Amino acid sequence: MNGDEASLIEVANLSVAYGDHTVFRNVSFSVKRGEVFVILGGSGCGKSTLLKHMIGLRQPAEGTIAIEGEEIVHGNPARRSRILRRIGVMYQSGALFGSMNLLENVSLPLEEFTQLHAEGIERIARMKLEWVGLDSFADYMPSEISGGMQKRAAIARAMALDPSILFLDEPSAGLDPITSAELDVLIRNLSRNLGITFVVVTHELPSIYAIADRVIMLDKERKGIIATGDPRILRDRHEEPSVRRFFNREAA
Amino acid sequence: MLAPTATPQGSLEVACGDQGELILSFRGVLKATTIHEIWLQARHELGRRSLSQGVVVNAAEVVYCDSAGLGLFLDLAEVQRKSGGAFRIDGLAPRFQGLFHQLEGRRGSQPLVQRAPYRSLPGLVGTSVVHLWQDGVALVAFIGELSSAMTWALFHPRKLRWRDVWLTCEHVGANALPIVGLISFLIGLIIAFQAAIPLGQFGAQNFVADLVAVSLVRELGPLMTAIILAGRSGAAFAAELGTMKVNEEVDALSTMGLPPVRFLVVARVSAAVAMMPFLTMFSMVFGLIGGGVVYLSLGFSYVLYCHQVVAALELNDLLGGLFKAATFGLLVATVGCFRGLQTELGASAVGRSTTRAVVTGITLIVVTDGLFSVIFFLLGI
Repeated sequence: MNGDEASLIEVANLSVAYGDHTVFRNVSFSVKRGEVFVILGGSGCGKSTLLKHMIGLRQPAEGTIAIEGEEIVHGNPARRSRILRRIGVMYQSGALFGSMNLLENVSLPLEEFTQLHAEGIERIARMKLEWVGLDSFADYMPSEISGGMQKRAAIARAMALDPSILFLDEPSAGLDPITSAELDVLIRNLSRNLGITFVVVTHELPSIYAIADRVIMLDKERKGIIATGDPRILRDRHEEPSVRRFFNREAA
Repeated sequence: MLAPTATPQGSLEVACGDQGELILSFRGVLKATTIHEIWLQARHELGRRSLSQGVVVNAAEVVYCDSAGLGLFLDLAEVQRKSGGAFRIDGLAPRFQGLFHQLEGRRGSQPLVQRAPYRSLPGLVGTSVVHLWQDGVALVAFIGELSSAMTWALFHPRKLRWRDVWLTCEHVGANALPIVGLISFLIGLIIAFQAAIPLGQFGAQNFVADLVAVSLVRELGPLMTAIILAGRSGAAFAAELGTMKVNEEVDALSTMGLPPVRFLVVARVSAAVAMMPFLTMFSMVFGLIGGGVVYLSLGFSYVLYCHQVVAALELNDLLGGLFKAATFGLLVATVGCFRGLQTELGASAVGRSTTRAVVTGITLIVVTDGLFSVIFFLLGI
């Protein structure tokens, strides 16, 4: 690790294809330590696919991905799994374990990866639920709470082991504006107070303006990144009309 | 001054201050994977003190602290608060203060309904009885719905989804042939073998053929096939419909104006009812082959076996057996679909529905088989 300026995640020349269908090719970018990095683009441009590759769930056709300098595509499996333990992921649907209540969901990684006593685990897990405002729902099952609460609980679970990077797949999709704004505040607070690096997939404009330090925009036709930078600057000054249209919410 | 405890990454030193307060000096790295020992030690030290003494946490030499460290501090603060003593944290580096800020100004949601933490035994018994009653009522309602949908299908055969029916026939019938054949063959073999010894004591070994034929055709053929059907297809129906329910596909059907029972259940139930007699005949044949193997090994001829089997059976035995088989098919498919559509939310709910489908299915098969025995006896079949 060399200083705060070094990039935490390096994606180089990544190409992804399903059979004959190329999703994107030669995608390269880097995520800096402590920033909120947003991947955006229209439906079907491969945002979630890119995220799944970044956390090592899928094998790319070509290219490399390194987290904290550790190659996760072709690297040593033992070291790779140590890296993956330091990241937290929130899936699109929350993916909470349906047979466990919220507290058990959050406690699970702590039980598996630490030797803490039960009381300590419960203390930490309750604290994580408190961070997302769900401490009074600790003994509820995932099916008994609303979609927005499930997403917040999923963030609490992703934070169980104090990851240095949190990957969020569409955190505000399907939420009402108020809940979605609360989630944005939560992400900003976590980033500011704990220095967590965020990689967020979303296409909700208000969220992008509220949280993003930097964005990359993927495009379906061009099969790659068409814009990088601060979302406000892209909205006002990008030379590509399709990028400005996206940020200004105009039909093509 | 007490001896310091070293852990690989963090350590705790315990000391007494000037006013008799307890000073806990934490050093090094406080994180979830390494904190467990010093946490327990700190709790232990606190437990040994008298109530009113203050506690000072000295965190000046903490080089790294995550939420596990925060949890430890809050835990100690809580213990002190309960015993009424003072608590203070000194010297925590500013970059870890953010952890505390995370808890400030948050607005927690409150559940609308506070749940009762404890339910009494009479309460639990009462709830179970009510559930059992409601379950029965729901089953009756479902049977009514199914009958009406079946009648509708009878008058609108073109509207029935025949593709589904044939596919289900394949899954329920043709794909089950290997397992039905194997199990029936072994059952026939086992019955014949077990019967050969006691019958041999009376010199009646050639009646092994009668015993195998009658028990298989009247009783065991339909019963074994139905139990296999419950395990294979009843479970599959419940899991399929349960997953559809969880994915809101069933709700989507209803809102399109397509009754789920007519759309999903009729095809499955008719396929199961149609296939069961054929599966059962297949089972009877393989059972008789199994029995025959033992019979031949006892030294009797193939011709004698066929003669004994034909003489022992009447057409009514076969028809009764096949009628039972069709009834069992109806029960298993109905219960499987019923449990599937009853599925609540979540992945574990599908598992629960599947289990209940098999258990209810097998229970109903055995109970109905008992009823049939009585009815057939009274009718003299």
